Amino acid sequence: MNYGIVSQEQIEKIDSILTDKLIKLGVDCVIVIDMAGNIITAKDNGESKYDVYSFAALAAGNFATVDAMAKLVGEEEFSLLFHKGQESSIHFSKIDEELLLISMFGQEISLGFLRLNVVDVIEQIKRLWNKS
Amino acid sequence: MSFINLKEKVVQVKIVYYGPGRCGKTTNLEYINRTFRNQIVSEMVSLKTHGDRTLFFDFLPFNMGKIKGYDIKIQLYTVPGQVKYNATRKLVLRGVDGIVFVADAMAKQREKNIRSLNQLHENLLSYKESIFKIPLVMQYNKIDLKEHGIPILPTEVLQKDLNSRLQVPHFEASAVTGYNVAATLKKIIASTIISIQKKLF
Repeated sequence: MNYGIVSQEQIEKIDSILTDKLIKLGVDCVIVIDMAGNIITAKDNGESKYDVYSFAALAAGNFATVDAMAKLVGEEEFSLLFHKGQESSIHFSKIDEELLLISMFGQEISLGFLRLNVVDVIEQIKRLWNKS
Repeated sequence: MSFINLKEKVVQVKIVYYGPGRCGKTTNLEYINRTFRNQIVSEMVSLKTHGDRTLFFDFLPFNMGKIKGYDIKIQLYTVPGQVKYNATRKLVLRGVDGIVFVADAMAKQREKNIRSLNQLHENLLSYKESIFKIPLVMQYNKIDLKEHGIPILPTEVLQKDLNSRLQVPHFEASAVTGYNVAATLKKIIASTIISIQKKLF
């Protein structure tokens, strides 16, 4: 695809993957962003009210920083990040060189279960993204 | 690169305020944040050191209303100005659509401005962008210091130093008082939107 523009159809497909695999699982909010800090799409459970634009800017910065740290210790990349809090936690996972998947979730979901689903979601989004 | 969501009809545009340390990039954003409160949906995000210097970036999302049915969301960023933070400056420039180069008009900062502009040129090259092609506006800040007897570079000198080859729009400004801050912002938004339209249609 011509990166920079996403069709309605692509967004709808990505949205339905996110809803089926993550929101239904109990994830509060899930955002797909690009590395420049733009939001591709954001889905939530209807209750959470996050400022997703600021979040995307910070998350892209955060991921880029960790990426630079990875290079310093001789790693190609750290492809996932996890921040654990008392009530809510954040999971970051790289989809490809341009895209990042961010999930915010509470205590009721186990990290392992979330990760299994995230892997699945990433595979599906990659297929969609590369097809066009 | 700007990001266009055809489903929700949203265009996200990234504008970066770039320039040497203590030239007034954050002050520009703070003034915009205060003056245009009704167009700003969320709080300004600032990642600062204890000494109040920008450590990573400031971020201010700004709603510009609709063009041809598309919601234009302007994302304003600053970079850290201090020489040692070039790695983070480069990260912030990723995917940039338009740049405001804030130069410090104080006479003693002359060389720092030139060095910072040269580094911007190099940093853009690393993303295969060209300083000669990307929408750019020059702002000669701190013009108000003249009244306080502090030596200020005349605009002709700044133009010759920084803008003789680029030939981009320029403004004398004072970020502290707000003089020409909005004019600079309007100019860079206009240039950036025109350049995005050209790329698309």
